[in-house]
Amino acid sequence: MAPFFVYVGLFLLLPTAIIVAGSFAATDGTFTLSNLTAINQAYMITSFVNSLTISVASALVGAIAGALLAYAVATGNPRGAIRRIVTSASGVLAQFGGVTLAFAFIATLGTVGFVTVFLKDHGFDIFANGVWLYKLTGLTLIYTYFQIPLMVLVFLPALDGIRPQWREATESLGGNTWHYWRYVAGPLLAPSFLGCTLLLFANAFSAYATAAALITQGGIIIPLEIQSLFTSDTGQSQPGLAKALALAMIVIVTIVMTLYTLLQRRTSRWLK
Amino acid sequence: MTRSRRLKLQVFRVVVFLVMGAFFLVPIGAMFEFSTRGNSETAPRTLEAWTNIIKTPDLIDAITASLELAAITSIAMLVLLLPTMVWVRLRLPGLHRVVEFLCLLPLTIPAIALVVGLVPISRWMRINMSDSILMLSFLYLVLVLPYSYRALDAGLAAIDIKTLSEAARSLGAGWGTVMLRVIVPNMSSALLNASVLSVAVVLGEYTFANLLNYENLQVAIAYVGLTSAGTSVAVAVASLLFAFALLMILSFVGRPRPRVARAEKTLAPVQLVPPAQGTK
Repeated sequence: MAPFFVYVGLFLLLPTAIIVAGSFAATDGTFTLSNLTAINQAYMITSFVNSLTISVASALVGAIAGALLAYAVATGNPRGAIRRIVTSASGVLAQFGGVTLAFAFIATLGTVGFVTVFLKDHGFDIFANGVWLYKLTGLTLIYTYFQIPLMVLVFLPALDGIRPQWREATESLGGNTWHYWRYVAGPLLAPSFLGCTLLLFANAFSAYATAAALITQGGIIIPLEIQSLFTSDTGQSQPGLAKALALAMIVIVTIVMTLYTLLQRRTSRWLK
Repeated sequence: MTRSRRLKLQVFRVVVFLVMGAFFLVPIGAMFEFSTRGNSETAPRTLEAWTNIIKTPDLIDAITASLELAAITSIAMLVLLLPTMVWVRLRLPGLHRVVEFLCLLPLTIPAIALVVGLVPISRWMRINMSDSILMLSFLYLVLVLPYSYRALDAGLAAIDIKTLSEAARSLGAGWGTVMLRVIVPNMSSALLNASVLSVAVVLGEYTFANLLNYENLQVAIAYVGLTSAGTSVAVAVASLLFAFALLMILSFVGRPRPRVARAEKTLAPVQLVPPAQGTK
């Protein structure tokens, strides 16, 4: 009991307090807003925009593709092998990220990757307009690899809550497929879909290791900016800047996760 | 359902499964392919990259360290979390929400942000306690808290611990006996769940180790990758297979026994924990 609270206090609350306090402290310990205003530089803003772009894009792609896959699973046999395989594999793949994932994509779509070479041998050069794997496009594609399985896991329960009787009821009232999706299933699934998309956004926004393993030079997204502050002179001379960036990330993720929780609560009202 | 609609649905499902199957399997297959390549394009397939693993002492050290970290973190997690959760359920239900909030809090703090606040703490521990890599398990415990909490909470919800502990107490058992011989055997699958998830998180961890300058498995893979891509891809495949095997065991063995089937609903979402940062 007591050890638990001591531990959480030392390794969870204390570091959070250090981040918050450090964001508002100058090097001599006095109160300042300069750490937060220092974020307002062209390259930092670009990184923020990049982070948001990647997170939104990979969340939308992941949510749509994941929802389609979840629907394909939900319409099958609820005790069948396919469902079991897909849910187990999703549980594994949603955790799969970081260095290994980056290497998997380098081995697939890198300049000498399996798919790249295969397509080149068949007269199709995917990098005709430059190598995009190590840029935002590539990072977004790689992120969808863990976003889609996560979407399957969190969205499947909502799809399972949809009763076939509702469709029959729509039909007996003269509605067609469009009416069913537009007026029955759509509005019921919308809060869950939106909530899951937010979760995916937070997931991508927090991700660091995949990008770090893929992009060894420079910071193009916020987590990589934090990393470079650990080693650079700017980071040494202004230790509050990394904390201010960390604080900004925590604030954004907390807002998104709160919205997600609220939307999930709304979904669970009819799910039971 | 009309015939044409059923046909359309089947076509849709087959297309989705094929496309997704290709998207998820090709990169894994490509890693195998990559790790067995020879030195030149025409060279025959070779397992050299794989045999290089044991010839690279840095990798062996890192693999050992990560396995030790995984074991220490899982055990520490159980020792810290299980008695607390049981005690809260039995004696202090008012604290339930607080403990839950604290355990799930790491989900809203990205690991890359949290590590910024952990730097001074880690530095203090290095100077005053030990600079062994195993100190990382103190920090990893934070990362596994949400996953372990949900797994254990589902397990505790499935058994009537109040009746069980009162029965044991009235027969003269001390609290140690209640925990080890009554509660633990009754929630073995939840304990397995929590431990396996912790092991998977620790083996995949990169953020803390990299930024606090420790060389664990993932950091070593990234480092070796700079000089010998084949070898590091081979280790990556091996560690991936190991994690897959662990989690697959979890999803098949870790199912509740029929007797506590009503727990299935609460146990299932254990793997569904939103890994807001986890290993990524």
